[in-house]
Amino acid sequence: MTSRRTALLLIAPLLVGLLVGFVAPIGAFLWRAIADDEVAAVLPRTLAALRGWDGATPPDGAFVALAEDLREARAQDAATGAGGIARAAARLNAEWPGMRSLLPATGRRVTTPGEERAKILSASAEWDTGAPWRAIRSAGGPFTAYRLLATLDLRRDAAGDIVPTPEEQRIWRGILLRTLWISLSATLLCLLLGYPLAWLIATAPARAQPWLLGAVLLPFWTSLIVRTAAWMVLLQKEGIVNAALLRLGLLDAPLPLLMNRFAVLVAMVHILLPFMVLPIAAALRSMDPALPRAAASLGAGRLRIFLRVLLPLSLPGVGAGCLLVFIQALGFYVTPALLGGPNDQMLAWFIGFHANRLVDWGMAAALSVLLLGAVALVIGLYGRLVGFDRVRTA
Amino acid sequence: MDAPLLRFERVSKRYPAPARGAAQPAALAGLDLEIARGELLTLLGPSGSGKTTTLMLLAGFETPDSGRILLEGRDIARLPAHKRGIGVVFQSYALFPHMTVAENVGFPLEARNVPRGERAARVARALDMVRLPEYGDRRPAQLSGGQQQRVALARAMVFEPPIVLLDEPLGALDKALREEMQHEIRVLHQRLGLTMMYVTHDQSEALTLSDRIAVLAGGALRQVAAPRDLYDEPADAFVAGFVGENNSLPARVVSMADGVARCALEGIGTMPARAVGPLAAGGPCVLMVRPERLVLDAPEGLPAQLAEALFQGDHVRLRLVLPGGAEVIAKRPVGEAALPAPGAAVTLGWAAGDARAFRAEGPAR
Repeated sequence: MTSRRTALLLIAPLLVGLLVGFVAPIGAFLWRAIADDEVAAVLPRTLAALRGWDGATPPDGAFVALAEDLREARAQDAATGAGGIARAAARLNAEWPGMRSLLPATGRRVTTPGEERAKILSASAEWDTGAPWRAIRSAGGPFTAYRLLATLDLRRDAAGDIVPTPEEQRIWRGILLRTLWISLSATLLCLLLGYPLAWLIATAPARAQPWLLGAVLLPFWTSLIVRTAAWMVLLQKEGIVNAALLRLGLLDAPLPLLMNRFAVLVAMVHILLPFMVLPIAAALRSMDPALPRAAASLGAGRLRIFLRVLLPLSLPGVGAGCLLVFIQALGFYVTPALLGGPNDQMLAWFIGFHANRLVDWGMAAALSVLLLGAVALVIGLYGRLVGFDRVRTA
Repeated sequence: MDAPLLRFERVSKRYPAPARGAAQPAALAGLDLEIARGELLTLLGPSGSGKTTTLMLLAGFETPDSGRILLEGRDIARLPAHKRGIGVVFQSYALFPHMTVAENVGFPLEARNVPRGERAARVARALDMVRLPEYGDRRPAQLSGGQQQRVALARAMVFEPPIVLLDEPLGALDKALREEMQHEIRVLHQRLGLTMMYVTHDQSEALTLSDRIAVLAGGALRQVAAPRDLYDEPADAFVAGFVGENNSLPARVVSMADGVARCALEGIGTMPARAVGPLAAGGPCVLMVRPERLVLDAPEGLPAQLAEALFQGDHVRLRLVLPGGAEVIAKRPVGEAALPAPGAAVTLGWAAGDARAFRAEGPAR
């Protein structure tokens, strides 16, 4: 008991470091996927006035509250440049299209107190209907599922039911499917190339094995970006591959090898191959070398030996390799970004786009949740179908 | 006698040298060997003698450099392993860990596309034969070493191969189990009339099991004979020393008469022994006597001193020292009356027909 406590104390710094440096920041970021505080920060009085409202005709108090809120927010935006109204408007636009421009426009009409209702209605007669008020109320927070629903191309309609987004606005399901498809293709290609390679390593003479393993691990000596950039050099229009093919007279004009799915898959397979080879080679190496011989002596040809003996016995390694490759492929960002065209970008690229370009951290977080969910689903499926006790890694 | 079931004709094999320049001796040099139908032949030899190479060549895991291997009159030397139809029992058993016992035993039938129903019946019969009828659904890992060995046997026999090869199959078992399995293999061999080739380095196992024993050393066949003949009439000093216990004394041939050589042991005395092979008077020889053939109270013989008497249960083992320091081992039955006490001087002797004089040779190549 004491030795266990001592052990826990010894690894406590590691656990704390893990918590502070890994779990907490990721948790805080993912939290943004459901946090809903943009509107509440700007329109607290309006939200208070709408509490208990039946949702039909807007109450008079709400107009006064909205005007006060907007005046204060404008003053604050002007003083600090915080852009609170713009962010609240962007958030409200997701609930009720048109709010992105309506809210700032309304704010400009209510710069002085008095006659709030008339001033607000002069911005738009829509304020007389319940719709914009309902949007404010439902975006009032503190939590929302709208971003997570949006990542699945779903939304809430006016009645609060979950419905699919209109056809022309659907994007995320397609991108998720594309991400899964690219990852699956890369995994299968790695398996196709990696299995024979693993077999070669596992059956090589003991003296050659360290060299072969070293060759497989060689790509790790350079960074992922360098390896990806190397493929750009190789595959570009005036690159080595095209030049060689042209010189050999196999082509009349250079092939478009870059900025497409082909380039993305070539580089992904190159980068991920070791993760497939190592577990399979480990599984094959742990096998009694007499087994294939025994099968042959019992009358089994090469194909039967492979299908009935080698493959089943290396399956734990194959499973581990596929899991490692597929999960890593799901999160690929740099490689598709540098080598792929617009239709080859994966979920991670859109997360980066929302975080860096649109500064919509909420949506970036929601997409991260989607990616995390996909990974969890894959791992769960693997556990259900294969079982984790059978996983064998190098 | 029928034509032999299996025949090796001048079969040679040399493995590639591990490093350039290193001379690699032939693993097998011109082996000639015949196995009759229904025979249990043992390949006996120290490691590196070529016995495993012989088995590999027969099973099809290696190809000979030259020579023919005739199975039922057909040369199979260059046939791939899976087309030879020879049953092999491996030292590690080589059971498929992901299959049940029944699937393991059924594997050769599956490979031969035997229909499912017939397959099940034959698997059941084979498991009955090795006395494991209830174990079909188990996995190999759930069985003891002896049980795994029996499953491996059943798997190698179930497709009725013309010959079953056993590669040191009992090496991993403890002594009691090994004796039980020896008996079991013997019974199976006799009951089914199976032809078996058994590879071992354990000479007592070879003596117990075999119809005939082929002694190999340095890639060459030294002698093929029934266990009794091999023990009593070894063809050379190596066989005499490798099969059973033997006292080996360097000597010089003084004279030859009627196949009996008089051998002088330097500074000790002169003793008779039956000459085996070409021996010339004046040349060196090796004198060999079995410990149980030694007499301690001979009227004339070699003076020796009893150094130690070890009680072994069924016999007493005596360590004797000759003048000059050479040691000789003698065995006497326990019941025998007066055994000399340690330190006593004895006169060591034997009947001329109980000792052998061989041409002197270096240790096994």
